[in-house]
Amino acid sequence: MNLACKEAARLVSEGLDRELPADERLRLHTHLAVCRGCKAIADRLGFLRRAMRRVVERGDPGKS
Amino acid sequence: MDAQADFREQVQGERAYLMRYASLHLRDSAAVEDAVQETLLAALAGETAFAGRSNLRTWLTGILKHKIVDAIRRASRDVLPSADENDADREIDRLFRENGHWAEHPAAWSDPDAALEQKRFFEVLERCLERLPRRTAHAFMMREHLGSETEEICKELGVTATHCFVLLYRARMALQRCLDTNWFGRR
Repeated sequence: MNLACKEAARLVSEGLDRELPADERLRLHTHLAVCRGCKAIADRLGFLRRAMRRVVERGDPGKS
Repeated sequence: MDAQADFREQVQGERAYLMRYASLHLRDSAAVEDAVQETLLAALAGETAFAGRSNLRTWLTGILKHKIVDAIRRASRDVLPSADENDADREIDRLFRENGHWAEHPAAWSDPDAALEQKRFFEVLERCLERLPRRTAHAFMMREHLGSETEEICKELGVTATHCFVLLYRARMALQRCLDTNWFGRR
C-alpha cells in the first residue's frame, strides 16, 4: 500500500522513538527512496537529533 | 579540615556547574534553583553512597537528572493541554494537502553538520525550543536531552503512548520548520 507523505513524516519521527514493525519500516523505506520531500524531512529530523546530542555534550560533565 | 567538611565543600564547589546544567533543561529559574538545592541536600545526606566512586561531578549530575525529571513532571501536571498545542497541530496540518501530500516539498539542507560548529546556531536552536508549547517541549527535552525512553515520558506526563509519539512528532516538525526559517533558509 502506498504511503501518504503525512503518514511517512509521522513514521520517520516515530522511528526515532521506537523500533517500527517490519511492515511499516519497509513501507517507509520504499516511500523515502522515491519521495525527495520526505527524504529531506527524514534527514532534517536525523540532524535535529545530532544537534540535540551536541547540546547535551556542551553541557556535559567533564567537558567543561 | 575534617573529611566531612571537606566533602561538603567539594559538593558546594559543584553548585555553579549544576545550576548551568539544570538551566539547560528547565526554563523557570526558581525550578532550577530548587532542583540544584535538592540535589545538594540529597548528596550531603548520601555521603556514604558516594564513597568509592571516582567522579563527584558525574555522581551529582546523576542525582540532578532525577530532580529535573521531577520538576518537569510537576510543571507539566500544572498545565492542561493548551490552545497553543492545538495551534501546533493546525500548523502541521497546513504543511500537507488534503490528500496527505506536501503542500510545499521540503528541500534538503546543504551541509547541516557545519552548523554544529557554530555558536550562533545553538542560540537559534534554543530560541526555537522556547517557542514550543510547554508539554510538547517537555516531552521533547525528556526524550532528546535526558535520553528518556517513551514509556518513561508517557508515565511522567500522564499521557498515552500514542499521544507521546504525537507530542514528539509535533516538537520535531515545529523545530525543523523553525530552523529552516531562521537558519538554513537564510544562508
